[in-house]
Amino acid sequence: MLSIKDLHASIEGKEILKGINLEVKPGEVHAIMGPNGSGKSTLASVLAGREDFTVDSGEITFKGNDLLELEADERAKEGVFLAFQYPIEIPGVTTTNFMKTALNKIREHKGLEPLDAVSFLSRMKEKMKLVEIDQTLLSRSLNEGFSGGEKKRNEIFQMAMLEPTLSILDETDSGLDIDALRIVANGVNKLKNEDNATIVVTHYQRLLDYIVPDFVHVLFDGKIVKTGGKELAHKLEEKGYDWIKEEAGVA
Amino acid sequence: MSKDDQILEEFASKEYEHGWTVDFEADSAPPGLNEDIVRFISAKKEEPEWLLEWRLKAYRNWRKMKEPKWANVHYPKPDFENIIYYSAPKAKDKPKSLDEVDPEMRKTFERLGISLTEQKRLTGVAVDAVMDSVSVGTTFKKQLGELGIIFCSFSEAVKEHPELVKKYIGSVVPSNDNFYAALNSAVFSDGSFCYIPKGVRCPVELSTYFRINAANTGQFERTLIVAEDDSYVSYLEGCTAPMRDENQLHAAVVEIYAAKNAEVKYSTVQNWYPGDKNGKGGIYNFVTKRGICAGDYAKIAWTQVETGSAVTWKYPSCILKGDYSQGEFYSVAVTNNMQQADTGTKMIHIGKNTKSRIVSKGVSGGKSQNSYRGLVEIHKRAENSRNFSQCDSLLMGDKCGAHTFPYIEIKNSSAQVEHEATTSKIGEDQIFYCQQRGIDEESAVALIVNGYCKEVLNNLPMEFAVEAQKLLALTLEGSVG
Ligand SMILES: Nc1ncnc2c1ncn2[C@@H]1O[C@H](COP(=O)(O)OP(=O)(O)OP(=O)(O)O)[C@@H](O)[C@H]1O
Ligand SMILES: [Mg+2]
Repeated sequence: MLSIKDLHASIEGKEILKGINLEVKPGEVHAIMGPNGSGKSTLASVLAGREDFTVDSGEITFKGNDLLELEADERAKEGVFLAFQYPIEIPGVTTTNFMKTALNKIREHKGLEPLDAVSFLSRMKEKMKLVEIDQTLLSRSLNEGFSGGEKKRNEIFQMAMLEPTLSILDETDSGLDIDALRIVANGVNKLKNEDNATIVVTHYQRLLDYIVPDFVHVLFDGKIVKTGGKELAHKLEEKGYDWIKEEAGVA
Repeated sequence: MSKDDQILEEFASKEYEHGWTVDFEADSAPPGLNEDIVRFISAKKEEPEWLLEWRLKAYRNWRKMKEPKWANVHYPKPDFENIIYYSAPKAKDKPKSLDEVDPEMRKTFERLGISLTEQKRLTGVAVDAVMDSVSVGTTFKKQLGELGIIFCSFSEAVKEHPELVKKYIGSVVPSNDNFYAALNSAVFSDGSFCYIPKGVRCPVELSTYFRINAANTGQFERTLIVAEDDSYVSYLEGCTAPMRDENQLHAAVVEIYAAKNAEVKYSTVQNWYPGDKNGKGGIYNFVTKRGICAGDYAKIAWTQVETGSAVTWKYPSCILKGDYSQGEFYSVAVTNNMQQADTGTKMIHIGKNTKSRIVSKGVSGGKSQNSYRGLVEIHKRAENSRNFSQCDSLLMGDKCGAHTFPYIEIKNSSAQVEHEATTSKIGEDQIFYCQQRGIDEESAVALIVNGYCKEVLNNLPMEFAVEAQKLLALTLEGSVG
């Protein structure tokens, strides 16, 4: 589904991603871990099509197409979803209105009619239940005055609404309390099927107890320096990153 | 090119949707202004002697006055001797009913998305449409008449209700109030008149549409709304003009009189032709709008969505004379390309316990200049008066300008006046967030701007809120590449 080959990306002349290789197949869950500033969010942004970053070399194909050719909104329409590490506030626009606009744009792209009010509402209700989000939150201005946890939960709600093929969750667990973590993780698990894939960026093993990854990658200084199974996450939790740095010969 | 630059380059490519002309036979005065023209207009309209005298007095005052220079707008001075001050679409006889309204004219209104027909009746809007300078038919008149409500063209009011017109005309905006008000008083050709009797709640929105059609004409309409004790009315005005190379003058006067415990809501969606992207053509929109809360507990609320005109000079104001009276001003002003807007309000607190609220949202793109100018004046006897003002500016790109000129004059120490102002740039983060959800850049800008203006748009009657949102989206269309 997603194939990243020797990806180099920079911002304002500073190279951040220094040769990323990653293969994601349908049905898989990949976890990306790594110290602060190693480039995790940058990778997520580049995948989502943020223009601030320049792709200097390398390739990204998504469902057989060159992802780098597409604008951010076109990528989203093709099924790429990013749950933001820091969700953005849009005053005066409710989550409901935001989702209605987004969903209908995506439907238009697929040649479908806009969703009628009744179908939209029933979809809302269904997804609200999934992530146990309160309707009053959805009628407020998007992310404005939301608590950290509410913002994260709202991101997963949006993901549920849009049913993407590739979801990238950038530290969705940070800021969530223990119950919310379980609820959000359950939501993500329920949305999983053999046709879609998830990339989970996290600092903590805890989330991976709920969303069990098929692969764990360690990103360090713009490169994936180690890949393993879910046990790698345990090891990182226990030992930190120093041993990896030593192994990778960068310490 | 940075994203901002792109936004503002492309912003300029938006076309004016209502820019076409319709050929009517027009019955016009020769260009230029002198006492004979004033007499001509008055005679054309078969006006009583007192009104002619009133016009002539205004004309003589106007001759002595100078154009205001203090606004933050720059434009070549209109050539007042080259303007046609009266142009009526020629009709065989005055239409008696809607069916008799000139089909060409009705087509025009339909193209504007305004139907004078049953549609509006169903949606509960009574429409008085003024093309160039003459009112062309009011729906709903009979139903309103049963409640004692008068809603008709200004000229008809002069004929049918001269005592009311005589009593209130110039009572809120004196004929010598300012240069453009004086000009309007001398040459006004038509407009709307509303009268809501004591204790009556007007059951429908009253609405007027204005359109400038003939070339070289100025439009000088006058609206007078009188709400007697304990009455309520919601009134709307919309407008358009065709694309023309030369600038055309629009100098309207709106007067609102609210008696004791009366409430008047006045909303307008201003969409005059803004000129092309190089600033050629467009309407000079120099308008005086003022309301007086004459009685205790009276309330006047202005809501305006300003997207058109090359130059706008407009300050819908409230004189809060009655104790406990309230004034509100909600404004969205969007400027693009070379447009210039200097708009705001005046809240004059005279009565005790008076309250006012100002919410102004300016959105500027292109090389446009957008100024908020507001005055809050608390008189000596205005015990316990309150004002809250919020003025927000949103910039699209860095070639446009946003300015805020708040003036506060307090002569009573018990007053509470609060002023908040913010200036922000449309956020790339916000646009990217929308895009990441599948919303293209252009729709994202429209969504964000509509959200930004929501507090104001919420004050428009439902149907017009939708229209205004579309208009905002249209104004912002092509703003990104
Ligand atoms: N706009 C920017 N300008 C300059 N440097 C940037 C910019 N955005 C990111 N960087 C730098 O790129 C590097 C990688 O940042 P990134 O956000 O991808 O890290 P991360 O792995 O997600 O970290 P964290 O775990 O703290 O979220 C950091 O050194 C950061 O300062
Ligand atoms: Mg990060």
